[in-house]
Amino acid sequence: MSEFQPKIVVFACNWCSYAGIDLAGSSRLEYPPNLSVVRVMCSSRVSIEMILKALERGADGVLVTGCHPGDCHYITGNYNTLRRYHLLRKMLEDLGLNGRVRLEWISASEGERFAQVAKEFVEEIKKLGPLIIREEVV
Amino acid sequence: MAKAKIALYWCASCGGCEEAIVDLAEKILDVVDKADIVFWPVALDFKKSDVENYPDKYIDVCFINGAIRFSEHEEMAKLLRRKSKMVIAFGSCSHLGGIPGLANLWNKETIFRYVYHEAPTVVNKEGIEPQEKVKEDGMELELPSFWNTVRALDQVIEVDYYIPGCAPTPKIIEDAINAIFTGQLPEKGSVLASQQALCAECPLNETKPEKITLTEIKRVHQIILDHEKCYLTQGVLCLGPVTRGGCDSLCIKGGMPCTGCFGPLDQTIDQGARAASFITSIIEYEDEELIEKVVNDIVDPIGWFYRYSLPKSILKRRNMEVKKK
Repeated sequence: MSEFQPKIVVFACNWCSYAGIDLAGSSRLEYPPNLSVVRVMCSSRVSIEMILKALERGADGVLVTGCHPGDCHYITGNYNTLRRYHLLRKMLEDLGLNGRVRLEWISASEGERFAQVAKEFVEEIKKLGPLIIREEVV
Repeated sequence: MAKAKIALYWCASCGGCEEAIVDLAEKILDVVDKADIVFWPVALDFKKSDVENYPDKYIDVCFINGAIRFSEHEEMAKLLRRKSKMVIAFGSCSHLGGIPGLANLWNKETIFRYVYHEAPTVVNKEGIEPQEKVKEDGMELELPSFWNTVRALDQVIEVDYYIPGCAPTPKIIEDAINAIFTGQLPEKGSVLASQQALCAECPLNETKPEKITLTEIKRVHQIILDHEKCYLTQGVLCLGPVTRGGCDSLCIKGGMPCTGCFGPLDQTIDQGARAASFITSIIEYEDEELIEKVVNDIVDPIGWFYRYSLPKSILKRRNMEVKKK
Protein backbone atom coordinates (compact mmCIF):
# COMPACT_ATOMS: atom_id res chain seq x y z
CA MET A 1 0.00 0.00 0.00
CA SER A 2 1.26 3.48 -0.78
CA GLU A 3 2.19 5.82 2.04
CA PHE A 4 -0.54 7.91 3.65
CA GLN A 5 -0.61 11.38 2.08
CA PRO A 6 -2.33 13.84 4.43
CA LYS A 7 -4.51 16.70 3.26
CA ILE A 8 -3.53 19.88 5.00
CA VAL A 9 -5.30 23.23 4.83
CA VAL A 10 -3.10 26.28 5.24
CA PHE A 11 -4.67 29.60 6.10
CA ALA A 12 -2.26 32.34 5.09
CA CYS A 13 -2.56 36.03 5.80
CA ASN A 14 -2.53 38.26 2.76
CA TRP A 15 0.22 40.59 3.92
CA CYS A 16 3.05 38.38 5.20
CA SER A 17 2.52 34.65 5.02
CA TYR A 18 0.92 34.41 1.59
CA ALA A 19 3.81 36.43 0.17
CA GLY A 20 6.20 34.18 2.10
CA ILE A 21 4.62 31.07 0.60
CA ASP A 22 4.77 32.71 -2.82
CA LEU A 23 8.45 33.33 -2.27
CA ALA A 24 8.98 29.66 -1.43
CA GLY A 25 7.44 28.84 -4.80
CA SER A 26 9.29 31.46 -6.86
CA SER A 27 12.56 30.49 -5.18
CA ARG A 28 11.85 26.94 -6.34
CA LEU A 29 12.15 25.55 -2.84
CA GLU A 30 10.92 22.03 -2.40
CA TYR A 31 8.13 21.31 0.01
CA PRO A 32 5.51 18.56 0.17
CA PRO A 33 2.48 18.89 -2.12
CA ASN A 34 0.02 18.04 0.67
CA LEU A 35 -0.88 21.63 1.48
CA SER A 36 -3.78 23.64 0.07
CA VAL A 37 -3.34 27.31 0.76
CA VAL A 38 -6.33 29.53 1.50
CA ARG A 39 -5.58 33.24 1.47
CA VAL A 40 -7.30 35.37 4.10
CA MET A 41 -6.84 39.05 4.84
CA CYS A 42 -5.52 38.41 8.34
CA SER A 43 -4.75 35.33 10.43
CA SER A 44 -7.33 36.56 12.95
CA ARG A 45 -9.94 36.18 10.21
CA VAL A 46 -9.56 32.43 10.69
CA SER A 47 -12.25 31.69 13.22
CA ILE A 48 -12.32 28.55 15.32
CA GLU A 49 -15.37 27.50 13.29
CA MET A 50 -13.31 27.60 10.08
CA ILE A 51 -10.62 25.38 11.58
CA LEU A 52 -13.11 22.87 13.00
CA LYS A 53 -15.04 22.83 9.73
CA ALA A 54 -11.85 22.10 7.78
CA LEU A 55 -11.08 19.16 10.07
CA GLU A 56 -14.65 17.91 9.91
CA ARG A 57 -14.73 18.14 6.11
CA GLY A 58 -11.67 15.98 5.56
CA ALA A 59 -8.49 17.91 6.37
CA ASP A 60 -5.98 15.86 8.36
CA GLY A 61 -4.35 19.00 9.72
CA VAL A 62 -4.71 22.77 9.67
CA LEU A 63 -1.82 25.21 9.57
CA VAL A 64 -2.56 28.82 10.40
CA THR A 65 0.09 31.31 9.39
CA GLY A 66 0.35 35.03 10.07
CA CYS A 67 2.72 37.95 10.41
CA HIS A 68 5.25 37.94 13.24
CA PRO A 69 4.06 39.61 16.47
CA GLY A 70 4.35 43.35 16.07
CA ASP A 71 4.24 43.16 12.26
CA CYS A 72 0.47 42.74 11.73
CA HIS A 73 -0.91 44.90 8.95
CA TYR A 74 -3.90 45.54 11.19
CA ILE A 75 -1.63 46.14 14.20
CA THR A 76 -3.13 43.62 16.67
CA GLY A 77 -4.77 40.95 14.51
CA ASN A 78 -2.12 38.31 15.05
CA TYR A 79 -2.31 38.71 18.82
CA ASN A 80 -5.96 37.73 18.62
CA THR A 81 -4.89 34.69 16.60
CA LEU A 82 -2.26 33.81 19.20
CA ARG A 83 -4.73 33.99 22.10
CA ARG A 84 -7.34 32.04 20.20
CA TYR A 85 -4.81 29.39 19.24
CA HIS A 86 -3.82 28.77 22.88
CA LEU A 87 -7.42 28.15 23.91
CA LEU A 88 -8.22 26.15 20.78
CA ARG A 89 -5.26 23.84 21.41
CA LYS A 90 -6.64 23.10 24.87
CA MET A 91 -10.12 22.46 23.46
CA LEU A 92 -8.78 20.15 20.76
CA GLU A 93 -7.07 18.00 23.40
CA ASP A 94 -10.46 17.42 24.99
CA LEU A 95 -12.05 16.74 21.61
CA GLY A 96 -9.49 14.06 20.75
CA LEU A 97 -7.78 16.08 18.00
CA ASN A 98 -4.47 16.78 19.67
CA GLY A 99 -1.69 17.99 17.36
CA ARG A 100 -3.88 18.57 14.31
CA VAL A 101 -3.63 22.36 14.34
CA ARG A 102 -0.47 24.45 14.29
CA LEU A 103 0.18 28.18 14.29
CA GLU A 104 3.30 29.65 12.68
CA TRP A 105 4.54 33.14 11.97
CA ILE A 106 5.83 33.43 8.41
CA SER A 107 6.98 36.82 7.12
CA ALA A 108 7.03 37.82 3.46
CA SER A 109 10.76 37.09 3.29
CA GLU A 110 10.61 33.68 4.97
CA GLY A 111 10.01 31.35 2.03
CA GLU A 112 12.58 29.01 3.42
CA ARG A 113 10.95 29.00 6.83
CA PHE A 114 7.64 28.07 5.23
CA ALA A 115 9.18 25.17 3.32
CA GLN A 116 10.72 23.96 6.59
CA VAL A 117 7.43 24.28 8.55
CA ALA A 118 5.54 22.55 5.74
CA LYS A 119 7.92 19.57 5.80
CA GLU A 120 7.77 19.32 9.58
CA PHE A 121 4.01 19.58 9.80
CA VAL A 122 3.40 17.05 7.05
CA GLU A 123 5.71 14.63 8.87
CA GLU A 124 3.89 15.22 12.16
CA ILE A 125 0.50 14.60 10.58
CA LYS A 126 1.80 11.50 8.80
CA LYS A 127 2.81 10.16 12.20
CA LEU A 128 -0.64 10.92 13.63
CA GLY A 129 -2.21 9.11 10.69
CA PRO A 130 -5.39 9.96 8.79
CA LEU A 131 -8.03 11.88 10.71
CA ILE A 132 -11.20 9.86 10.75
CA ILE A 133 -14.04 11.86 12.21
CA ARG A 134 -16.08 9.42 14.24
CA GLU A 135 -19.73 10.08 14.72
CA GLU A 136 -20.83 6.54 15.37
CA VAL A 137 -24.17 6.64 17.10
CA VAL A 138 -24.75 2.95 17.61
CA MET B 1 -64.22 24.52 16.50
CA ALA B 2 -62.77 21.26 17.72
CA LYS B 3 -60.20 21.55 20.43
CA ALA B 4 -56.58 21.24 19.37
CA LYS B 5 -54.81 18.08 20.44
CA ILE B 6 -51.44 18.37 22.08
CA ALA B 7 -48.94 15.79 23.24
CA LEU B 8 -45.90 16.08 25.50
CA TYR B 9 -43.07 13.62 25.71
CA TRP B 10 -39.67 13.39 27.36
CA CYS B 11 -36.52 11.72 26.11
CA ALA B 12 -33.13 12.01 27.88
CA SER B 13 -34.01 14.84 30.23
CA CYS B 14 -33.95 15.67 33.91
CA GLY B 15 -37.66 16.43 34.21
CA GLY B 16 -37.03 20.15 34.56
CA CYS B 17 -38.84 20.86 31.30
CA GLU B 18 -41.93 19.04 32.57
CA GLU B 19 -41.60 21.10 35.72
CA ALA B 20 -41.49 24.23 33.58
CA ILE B 21 -44.88 23.31 32.13
CA VAL B 22 -46.30 22.73 35.59
CA ASP B 23 -44.80 26.11 36.53
CA LEU B 24 -47.25 27.76 34.17
CA ALA B 25 -49.56 27.33 37.19
CA GLU B 26 -53.12 28.49 36.52
CA LYS B 27 -52.20 29.43 32.94
CA ILE B 28 -52.09 25.72 32.19
CA LEU B 29 -55.88 25.87 32.61
CA ASP B 30 -56.07 28.30 29.69
CA VAL B 31 -54.16 25.76 27.65
CA VAL B 32 -56.52 22.97 28.69
CA ASP B 33 -59.37 25.28 27.68
CA LYS B 34 -58.07 25.49 24.15
CA ALA B 35 -56.58 22.04 23.80
CA ASP B 36 -56.91 18.42 24.82
CA ILE B 37 -53.80 16.71 26.05
CA VAL B 38 -53.71 13.35 24.32
CA PHE B 39 -50.35 12.05 25.56
CA TRP B 40 -48.24 13.12 28.55
CA PRO B 41 -46.54 10.18 30.28
CA VAL B 42 -45.29 12.28 33.19
CA ALA B 43 -48.70 13.44 34.33
CA LEU B 44 -51.42 11.47 32.58
CA ASP B 45 -52.01 7.78 32.12
CA PHE B 46 -51.55 7.27 28.41
CA LYS B 47 -49.60 4.39 26.93
CA LYS B 48 -47.47 4.07 23.84
CA SER B 49 -50.19 1.84 22.35
CA ASP B 50 -52.65 4.75 22.63
CA VAL B 51 -50.38 6.84 20.42
CA GLU B 52 -49.92 3.93 18.01
CA ASN B 53 -53.69 3.69 17.68
CA TYR B 54 -54.11 7.37 16.78
CA PRO B 55 -54.39 8.02 13.04
CA ASP B 56 -51.39 9.73 11.41
CA LYS B 57 -51.25 13.52 11.91
CA TYR B 58 -53.86 13.17 14.67
CA ILE B 59 -51.92 15.30 17.17
CA ASP B 60 -51.84 19.01 16.32
CA VAL B 61 -48.80 20.02 18.36
CA CYS B 62 -46.28 17.73 20.00
CA PHE B 63 -43.73 19.07 22.49
CA ILE B 64 -40.70 16.84 22.94
CA ASN B 65 -38.05 17.59 25.53
CA GLY B 66 -34.80 15.76 26.21
CA ALA B 67 -31.94 14.56 24.05
CA ILE B 68 -31.81 11.32 22.07
CA ARG B 69 -29.72 8.90 24.12
CA PHE B 70 -31.41 5.49 23.82
CA SER B 71 -32.94 3.60 20.91
CA GLU B 72 -36.27 4.07 22.72
CA HIS B 73 -36.01 7.85 22.40
CA GLU B 74 -35.53 7.65 18.65
CA GLU B 75 -38.39 5.19 18.29
CA MET B 76 -40.78 7.41 20.28
CA ALA B 77 -39.63 10.56 18.47
CA LYS B 78 -40.28 8.91 15.10
CA LEU B 79 -43.66 7.61 16.23
CA LEU B 80 -44.71 11.03 17.53
CA ARG B 81 -43.46 12.71 14.35
CA ARG B 82 -45.69 10.44 12.29
CA LYS B 83 -48.71 11.14 14.47
CA SER B 84 -48.20 14.92 14.73
CA LYS B 85 -48.80 17.87 12.45
CA MET B 86 -46.23 20.00 14.28
CA VAL B 87 -43.29 18.94 16.44
CA ILE B 88 -41.65 21.41 18.79
CA ALA B 89 -38.27 20.75 20.38
CA PHE B 90 -38.77 21.89 23.94
CA GLY B 91 -35.79 22.92 26.03
CA SER B 92 -32.02 22.86 25.54
CA CYS B 93 -31.65 19.09 25.39
CA SER B 94 -33.93 18.53 22.43
CA HIS B 95 -32.86 21.84 20.84
CA LEU B 96 -29.07 21.37 21.13
CA GLY B 97 -28.36 18.15 23.02
CA GLY B 98 -28.10 19.91 26.35
CA ILE B 99 -26.29 18.70 29.44
CA PRO B 100 -26.71 15.00 28.48
CA GLY B 101 -24.85 15.94 25.29
CA LEU B 102 -21.67 16.44 27.29
CA ALA B 103 -21.57 12.64 27.47
CA ASN B 104 -20.31 12.90 23.89
CA LEU B 105 -16.89 13.45 25.46
CA TRP B 106 -17.07 9.72 26.14
CA ASN B 107 -18.74 6.76 24.45
CA LYS B 108 -20.76 3.76 25.56
CA GLU B 109 -17.73 1.69 26.45
CA THR B 110 -16.03 4.33 28.62
CA ILE B 111 -19.28 5.40 30.27
CA PHE B 112 -20.20 1.80 31.14
CA ARG B 113 -16.69 1.08 32.37
CA TYR B 114 -16.84 3.99 34.78
CA VAL B 115 -20.45 3.76 35.89
CA TYR B 116 -20.60 -0.02 36.41
CA HIS B 117 -16.99 -0.78 37.37
CA GLU B 118 -14.66 2.07 38.26
CA ALA B 119 -16.78 4.64 40.09
CA PRO B 120 -15.68 4.70 43.75
CA THR B 121 -19.19 4.02 45.02
CA VAL B 122 -19.72 0.92 42.89
CA VAL B 123 -19.53 -2.60 44.28
CA ASN B 124 -19.83 -4.97 41.33
CA LYS B 125 -17.57 -7.96 41.89
CA GLU B 126 -19.25 -10.06 39.22
CA GLY B 127 -18.78 -7.24 36.71
CA ILE B 128 -22.45 -7.19 35.71
CA GLU B 129 -23.52 -4.74 33.05
CA PRO B 130 -27.06 -4.08 31.83
CA GLN B 131 -27.95 -6.34 28.92
CA GLU B 132 -30.35 -5.44 26.16
CA LYS B 133 -31.96 -8.88 26.27
CA VAL B 134 -32.41 -11.05 29.35
CA LYS B 135 -34.24 -14.35 29.87
CA GLU B 136 -36.02 -14.58 33.20
CA ASP B 137 -38.42 -17.46 34.01
CA GLY B 138 -38.71 -18.30 30.34
CA MET B 139 -39.70 -14.69 29.53
CA GLU B 140 -37.48 -12.54 27.37
CA LEU B 141 -37.09 -9.00 28.67
CA GLU B 142 -35.74 -6.15 26.63
CA LEU B 143 -34.03 -2.88 27.46
CA PRO B 144 -33.43 -0.07 24.97
CA SER B 145 -29.92 0.19 23.50
CA PHE B 146 -27.54 2.74 24.94
CA TRP B 147 -25.80 4.65 22.17
CA ASN B 148 -22.30 6.03 21.79
CA THR B 149 -23.46 9.48 20.80
CA VAL B 150 -26.17 11.74 22.18
CA ARG B 151 -28.12 13.65 19.53
CA ALA B 152 -30.46 16.59 19.47
CA LEU B 153 -34.06 15.99 18.37
CA ASP B 154 -33.60 17.49 14.90
CA GLN B 155 -30.75 15.07 14.21
CA VAL B 156 -33.35 12.29 14.37
CA ILE B 157 -36.63 13.74 13.09
CA GLU B 158 -37.82 16.89 11.37
CA VAL B 159 -38.54 19.63 13.89
CA ASP B 160 -40.87 22.55 13.15
CA TYR B 161 -39.96 24.97 15.94
CA TYR B 162 -37.65 25.22 18.91
CA ILE B 163 -38.37 26.52 22.39
CA PRO B 164 -34.93 27.00 23.97
CA GLY B 165 -33.85 27.13 27.59
CA CYS B 166 -32.78 24.96 30.47
CA ALA B 167 -35.57 24.99 31.37
CA PRO B 168 -37.67 27.26 29.11
CA THR B 169 -39.00 30.19 31.11
CA PRO B 170 -42.76 30.49 31.73
CA LYS B 171 -42.79 33.65 29.60
CA ILE B 172 -41.34 32.09 26.47
CA ILE B 173 -43.57 29.01 26.85
CA GLU B 174 -46.57 31.29 27.13
CA ASP B 175 -45.50 33.38 24.13
CA ALA B 176 -44.94 30.22 22.10
CA ILE B 177 -48.33 28.75 23.03
CA ASN B 178 -50.03 32.05 22.17
CA ALA B 179 -48.22 32.18 18.84
CA ILE B 180 -49.31 28.61 18.06
CA PHE B 181 -52.97 29.15 18.94
CA THR B 182 -53.24 32.48 17.16
CA GLY B 183 -51.35 31.18 14.12
CA GLN B 184 -48.71 33.91 14.42
CA LEU B 185 -45.75 31.64 14.00
CA PRO B 186 -42.56 32.75 12.26
CA GLU B 187 -40.86 30.83 9.47
CA LYS B 188 -40.56 27.07 9.99
CA GLY B 189 -37.39 26.05 11.82
CA SER B 190 -37.28 29.23 13.93
CA VAL B 191 -36.26 29.36 17.55
CA LEU B 192 -39.14 30.93 19.45
CA ALA B 193 -37.17 33.46 21.48
CA SER B 194 -35.31 36.73 20.95
CA GLN B 195 -33.29 37.34 17.80
CA GLN B 196 -30.68 39.29 19.75
CA ALA B 197 -27.89 38.27 22.10
CA LEU B 198 -28.59 38.25 25.81
CA CYS B 199 -26.38 41.33 26.36
CA ALA B 200 -28.97 43.41 24.46
CA GLU B 201 -31.49 42.84 27.24
CA CYS B 202 -29.11 42.43 30.18
CA PRO B 203 -29.71 44.91 33.00
CA LEU B 204 -25.95 45.09 33.64
CA ASN B 205 -25.19 46.07 30.04
CA GLU B 206 -25.06 49.77 30.85
CA THR B 207 -22.20 49.16 33.29
CA LYS B 208 -20.11 47.61 30.53
CA PRO B 209 -17.12 49.77 29.55
CA GLU B 210 -16.27 50.54 25.93
CA LYS B 211 -13.68 47.76 25.87
CA ILE B 212 -13.44 44.85 28.29
CA THR B 213 -10.00 43.39 28.96
CA LEU B 214 -9.27 40.45 31.24
CA THR B 215 -6.02 39.69 33.04
CA GLU B 216 -7.39 36.63 34.78
CA ILE B 217 -10.48 34.47 34.58
CA LYS B 218 -12.22 33.42 37.76
CA ARG B 219 -14.89 30.88 38.51
CA VAL B 220 -17.86 32.07 40.50
CA HIS B 221 -16.70 30.42 43.72
CA GLN B 222 -13.38 32.25 43.57
CA ILE B 223 -14.83 35.75 43.72
CA ILE B 224 -17.48 37.74 45.54
CA LEU B 225 -19.44 39.09 42.61
CA ASP B 226 -20.63 42.67 42.45
CA HIS B 227 -24.20 42.21 41.21
CA GLU B 228 -24.42 45.77 39.89
CA LYS B 229 -21.56 45.38 37.44
CA CYS B 230 -21.18 43.42 34.17
CA TYR B 231 -19.84 40.00 35.20
CA LEU B 232 -17.38 39.82 32.32
CA THR B 233 -15.62 42.96 33.52
CA GLN B 234 -15.13 41.18 36.85
CA GLY B 235 -13.28 38.38 35.11
CA VAL B 236 -16.04 35.79 35.28
CA LEU B 237 -17.00 33.89 32.13
CA CYS B 238 -20.44 34.99 30.99
CA LEU B 239 -21.73 33.66 27.67
CA GLY B 240 -24.23 36.51 27.23
CA PRO B 241 -22.51 37.90 24.10
CA VAL B 242 -22.89 34.59 22.20
CA THR B 243 -26.21 33.41 23.59
CA ARG B 244 -29.71 34.08 22.37
CA GLY B 245 -31.73 36.35 24.61
CA GLY B 246 -35.37 36.08 25.58
CA CYS B 247 -34.92 34.62 29.05
CA ASP B 248 -35.37 38.01 30.76
CA SER B 249 -31.80 37.64 32.09
CA LEU B 250 -33.06 35.41 34.89
CA CYS B 251 -29.63 34.04 35.81
CA ILE B 252 -28.04 37.48 35.73
CA LYS B 253 -30.78 38.85 37.98
CA GLY B 254 -30.26 35.84 40.22
CA GLY B 255 -26.58 36.66 40.57
CA MET B 256 -25.05 34.15 38.17
CA PRO B 257 -23.37 34.67 34.81
CA CYS B 258 -24.97 33.26 31.65
CA THR B 259 -24.02 29.67 30.82
CA GLY B 260 -25.57 29.75 27.36
CA CYS B 261 -28.71 27.61 27.64
CA PHE B 262 -30.69 29.51 24.99
CA GLY B 263 -28.10 28.43 22.44
CA PRO B 264 -26.49 30.29 19.58
CA LEU B 265 -28.08 33.03 17.50
CA ASP B 266 -29.37 32.16 14.02
CA GLN B 267 -26.20 33.24 12.22
CA THR B 268 -23.87 31.21 14.46
CA ILE B 269 -23.04 27.63 13.53
CA ASP B 270 -21.05 26.66 16.61
CA GLN B 271 -21.79 28.36 19.91
CA GLY B 272 -18.75 26.98 21.73
CA ALA B 273 -16.30 28.00 19.03
CA ARG B 274 -17.82 31.46 18.95
CA ALA B 275 -17.65 31.72 22.74
CA ALA B 276 -13.99 30.68 22.76
CA SER B 277 -13.21 33.28 20.08
CA PHE B 278 -14.88 36.06 21.98
CA ILE B 279 -13.27 35.19 25.31
CA THR B 280 -9.79 35.14 23.80
CA SER B 281 -10.41 38.46 22.08
CA ILE B 282 -10.78 40.18 25.46
CA ILE B 283 -7.70 38.71 27.14
CA GLU B 284 -5.39 41.65 27.67
CA TYR B 285 -1.98 40.05 27.16
CA GLU B 286 0.16 39.75 24.06
CA ASP B 287 2.87 37.67 25.70
CA GLU B 288 2.55 33.93 25.15
CA GLU B 289 3.31 32.90 28.71
CA LEU B 290 0.79 35.29 30.18
CA ILE B 291 -1.85 34.25 27.62
CA GLU B 292 -1.22 30.63 28.51
CA LYS B 293 -1.70 31.47 32.18
CA VAL B 294 -5.09 33.11 31.57
CA VAL B 295 -6.20 30.30 29.25
CA ASN B 296 -5.29 27.79 31.95
CA ASP B 297 -7.73 29.57 34.26
CA ILE B 298 -10.45 28.05 32.10
CA VAL B 299 -10.44 24.64 33.71
CA ASP B 300 -12.81 22.81 31.40
CA PRO B 301 -13.23 24.78 28.17
CA ILE B 302 -15.49 22.25 26.45
CA GLY B 303 -17.72 22.00 29.51
CA TRP B 304 -17.92 25.78 29.63
CA PHE B 305 -18.38 26.73 26.02
CA TYR B 306 -20.35 23.70 24.85
CA ARG B 307 -22.31 23.18 28.03
CA TYR B 308 -25.60 22.81 26.17
CA SER B 309 -24.58 22.46 22.56
CA LEU B 310 -21.92 19.78 22.03
CA PRO B 311 -24.11 17.42 19.90
CA LYS B 312 -25.05 20.35 17.63
CA SER B 313 -21.50 21.67 17.31
CA ILE B 314 -19.37 21.16 14.20
CA LEU B 315 -17.56 18.13 15.61
CA LYS B 316 -20.62 16.82 17.55
CA ARG B 317 -18.50 14.75 19.91
CA ARG B 318 -15.00 13.83 21.04
CA ASN B 319 -13.19 11.97 18.32
CA MET B 320 -12.56 8.51 19.76
CA GLU B 321 -12.39 5.02 18.48
CA VAL B 322 -15.30 2.69 19.11
CA LYS B 323 -14.22 -0.84 19.87
CA LYS B 324 -16.43 -3.33 18.09
CA LYS B 325 -17.17 -6.44 20.07
